[in-house]
Amino acid sequence: MSVLHIVNKSPFERNSLDCCLRLAKADSAIILIEDGIYALQKNSAAADKLQQVLSKHRIYALQPDLQARGVNPENMLEGISLLDYDGFVQLTTEYDKLQSWL
Amino acid sequence: MALELDGKSYETDEEGYLLNLSDWNDQLAAEMAKADGAILDENHWEVLNFLRDYYEEYQIAPAVRVLTKAVGKKLGKDKGTSKYLYELFPYGPAKQACKYAGLPKPTGCV
Amino acid sequence: MASKKFLYINRKAPHGSIYAQESLEVVLIGAAFEQNVTLAFIDDGVYQLLQNQDTSGIGTKNFAPTFRALGDYDVSQIYVERESLELRGLSKDDLIPLTYEDEDDDWAEKDSIHVVSSLELADIIEQQDVILNF
Repeated sequence: MSVLHIVNKSPFERNSLDCCLRLAKADSAIILIEDGIYALQKNSAAADKLQQVLSKHRIYALQPDLQARGVNPENMLEGISLLDYDGFVQLTTEYDKLQSWL
Repeated sequence: MALELDGKSYETDEEGYLLNLSDWNDQLAAEMAKADGAILDENHWEVLNFLRDYYEEYQIAPAVRVLTKAVGKKLGKDKGTSKYLYELFPYGPAKQACKYAGLPKPTGCV
Repeated sequence: MASKKFLYINRKAPHGSIYAQESLEVVLIGAAFEQNVTLAFIDDGVYQLLQNQDTSGIGTKNFAPTFRALGDYDVSQIYVERESLELRGLSKDDLIPLTYEDEDDDWAEKDSIHVVSSLELADIIEQQDVILNF
């Protein structure tokens, strides 16, 4: 059973990402969208947490949401795959379940 | 609401401000002025172009106090007065000029 | 009428909800009526001031450039909480430079943004007449 976890809330405003990281099993994937992408900012408390689970999960982020928020790829945690909207849709078809952490 | 020019229709709000910024062109500005009984001369255009540039840079139509100050800085002290701007745009420089410039109604304008 | 001191506290990220944009609109309206206006950016509110925001890919208005007009509106007191920046891996260099021209100093261009500690910000909050939260 493979699950795609979707996180759309800022890790500093809500505990959605913490909750997701605590409960996501190895080999499930995570995609950060909307305010969820702030977790990727290098040297932030949230990026440190993501860094620790990079070997456990494939992590994606929605590029238009990064661009809108001024988070540049060069200031971003390495090892993240960026997707456009079509890529996001394609990704959702590749997993049996989608879990949105609201 | 809409404005008709040369067989094309441009959407506006109920006060005649263009809904789509990119619809704007010189003829449209002149047409809107004509509807108010005004003819645009080079002094009007100077202010309209200033407003277009201001919006492009700040994504906002300036309030009249801000417009006056900024015009004075950019176009010269003698033009940065309410008197000068009200003579050009008697319905209110921010309101009327923004309309002709194809911008939304200025923020803070009641 | 003596003008009151207004503080606008911004604690939300810019594009995930409408709060940030609405706040900026209210600030500009307040400032157009020549009130004494101070802004504070705390928690995710600090993201509103990040450089290089470009909303062309998500189909919403990019209001970040409008912060640069605040100086024209005589809004020159902008406080950003240091702790909120640091937790997010950010520093003042990541923020849009905001300036104003000081009338009392021959119109010299000065920095509007002050990064302050929570202790300093607590004092600033105490000094206000009216506080609005977004």
